[in-house]
Amino acid sequence: MSGGNSAFRVTALCVGIAVLYLPILVLIGYSFNASPLVNVWGGFSTVWYAQLLRHQNLLDSALLSLEIAFTASSAAVVLGTLAAISLVRFSRFPGRFLLTGMVTAPLVMPEVITGITQLLLFVSLLQTFSWPHRGFLTIVLAHVTFCIAYVTVTVRSRLQSADRSLEEAAMDLGAGPTRAFLEITLPLILPAILASWLLSFTLSLDDLVISSFVAGPATNTLPMLIYSKVRLGISPEINALASIIIAIVGSCVIAAGWLMRRAEQRHELEMREAERANAPPAVPAGGGRPSLAVRSPS
Amino acid sequence: MGSGAAINTHIMNRSGNPWRWLIILPPLLFLLIFFLVPFLYTLKISFADAVIRIPPFTDIFTRTADHHLRLTLSLDSYRRLFTDHLYALAYLFSLRLALCSTLICLALGYPIAYAIARARRSTQNILLLVIILPFWTSFLLRVYALEAIIANGGLLNTVLLKLGLISHPLIIMYTNVAMYIGIVYSYLPFMVLPLFATLEKLDPALIEAAADLGSPPWRVFLDVTLPLSMPGIVAGSMLVFIPAVGEFVIPSLLGAPGNLMIGRVLWDEFFSNHDWPTASVVAIAFLVLLVGPIAIYQHMSGRHAEA
Repeated sequence: MSGGNSAFRVTALCVGIAVLYLPILVLIGYSFNASPLVNVWGGFSTVWYAQLLRHQNLLDSALLSLEIAFTASSAAVVLGTLAAISLVRFSRFPGRFLLTGMVTAPLVMPEVITGITQLLLFVSLLQTFSWPHRGFLTIVLAHVTFCIAYVTVTVRSRLQSADRSLEEAAMDLGAGPTRAFLEITLPLILPAILASWLLSFTLSLDDLVISSFVAGPATNTLPMLIYSKVRLGISPEINALASIIIAIVGSCVIAAGWLMRRAEQRHELEMREAERANAPPAVPAGGGRPSLAVRSPS
Repeated sequence: MGSGAAINTHIMNRSGNPWRWLIILPPLLFLLIFFLVPFLYTLKISFADAVIRIPPFTDIFTRTADHHLRLTLSLDSYRRLFTDHLYALAYLFSLRLALCSTLICLALGYPIAYAIARARRSTQNILLLVIILPFWTSFLLRVYALEAIIANGGLLNTVLLKLGLISHPLIIMYTNVAMYIGIVYSYLPFMVLPLFATLEKLDPALIEAAADLGSPPWRVFLDVTLPLSMPGIVAGSMLVFIPAVGEFVIPSLLGAPGNLMIGRVLWDEFFSNHDWPTASVVAIAFLVLLVGPIAIYQHMSGRHAEA
C-alpha cells in the first residue's frame, strides 16, 4: 500500500468521526453557555442544569420513560430469546415462515406505519373489549414488539455460532436437553442477551414516533416532551438534559462494551488453553481460514 | 459422540414433541397479535369513512334491523389517494430524497469502512465502537444537536461569517438541504457497518495479485474491491434507504414546515386532520409500494444465497 493511499484512509476516518461527533460536542458545549442564544457565548454556567431540577413534569416524564424502557426491554429479551431459540433449534414447525417474517419486518418498517397500525389495533380492542386503555401498557406493548426484533437478530446469530458439541456432550453424559441448554448454551449466549437488553432499553427510551401514536392524550414520555419543546427551536434546558442523557448512555455503553470484551477475551483464552491441552499441535483447530496464511502484515 | 447426540437432536426436532410449543408459542402469538393483526385492522379501517366522533371512522360492519351483518366498504379514501396529487408528490419526493441521501451516505461511508477494514485489529475494535456509539445515543437528540450547527445563528454560520467567507448567513435550516444533512448524519453508521463487514472479509491477496499483474490502483478498486463488496453496498443501502423514506423526526425538526416527506404527511393526516381512513390507505399504499418489493427481493436473494 502506498503512502498516499494510507493518508487518504486516515483523512476519511478523521472526517467521518468528526462529522459524527461534532454536533454532540457542540450541544454539550452550549449546555454550559450562560446565554440562551446559540450565537452568543455568555460565559460558563450551569444555570440550565439547575433549572432542569425545577421542572416536575420533566422529571415525571423521565421516570415514566425509564419504567417503560425497563419493562419493555425485559419482556422483549424473554420473548426475543425464545423466538431465536425456536428459529435456530427447531428447523421445521408450522408458523416458522411467519415467525421469521415477523421478527425481521419491524427492523425495516417505517415507525410511522408501525405506530398507526398499532394505534388502530388498540382503539379497536378498546371498542370491543373495553381494554387496554391507552397509556403505560399500550406503550410497553408497542415497544416490546419492535424490541423483540432486535433481540432475536442479536441472540440468533450468537446461538448459530455457539458450538453445539458441548451441549451434545452434556446430553451424552446424561443431562436432559433442557438442563444441557440451561447449563451449557445459556451461559454462551448470555453476553448477546445482555447486549440486546441494553439495546432494547436505549431504543425504547429514545422512541418518539410509535409512543406518540399509542400513548393517548394523558401520557407524556420523555422523548415526547423533548420533541414538543425542540419543535419550536433551540432550548438551552434541553441542551442540558440532552448532555446528561448522552453522558449516561455513552458511559454505560462504553462500560458494557469493555466488560463484554474482557469476558470474551477470557473465554477465548480458556478455549485456546483447552485446545492446547487436548488437540495435537500439528492439526489446526476447526476448518481454519485458508486466506489467513497468505494475509500480508498490513 | 455420534448416536446419542443424533437421537437427542432427533427428539428435539420431532414434530410430535409438545414441549417445544412452550418455546415457540409465546413470541409467535405476541407478534401475531401486536404486529400482524394491526395491519389487518388498518386494512379494515382503510375501507371506512372518516366521521367526527371517537374513534373518528365509521364501522364497516353494521347490524341491520333483521339482525344480519352488513358490510359497507367505502372506497373514498382510495379514490383520494389517486385524485389528490399530494400523495403521489409526497411519495416521489420521499423516494428521491431517500435515494440521494443513500448515495451520499455510500460515498462518505465507503472510505470510512475501507479505512477501518485495513486498520490493525486492535485499532479496528476501537474504531468500530467509535462509529457505533452515536447510534446508541438518542436519535432525537442527535437530530436536535444538528440544529445548533446549521441554524441561521448556529456554529457553521458564525464561523464562516467570522472568517469572512460569507457576508450573509447561509439559510440551511428548514430547507431540503437540512433534511439531507440530517439523514446522512443520522444514518451514516448503518452504511459503515455492513460495508465494513464485507470489506473485512475481502482477501488482500486478491488486491495484491491484481496490482502485481500491473493494474493501476483505480482499476484494482473498480475490478476487484468494488464488485466483491457489493453485498455490503446492498445491505447498507437498504438499511439507510428504507427508514429514510418513512423518516418523521428529521423532516419535522429540520425540514421546511409542510414539506412533502411521506412520514410527516402521514403524521399530519392523523394528528391534525384526524382522517384515520386516509392515513390507513396511505400506510397500506406505502407498504405495497416500498416494503413489499424489498421483502420479495430479500427473500429471492436469500434463496440464491442458500442455493
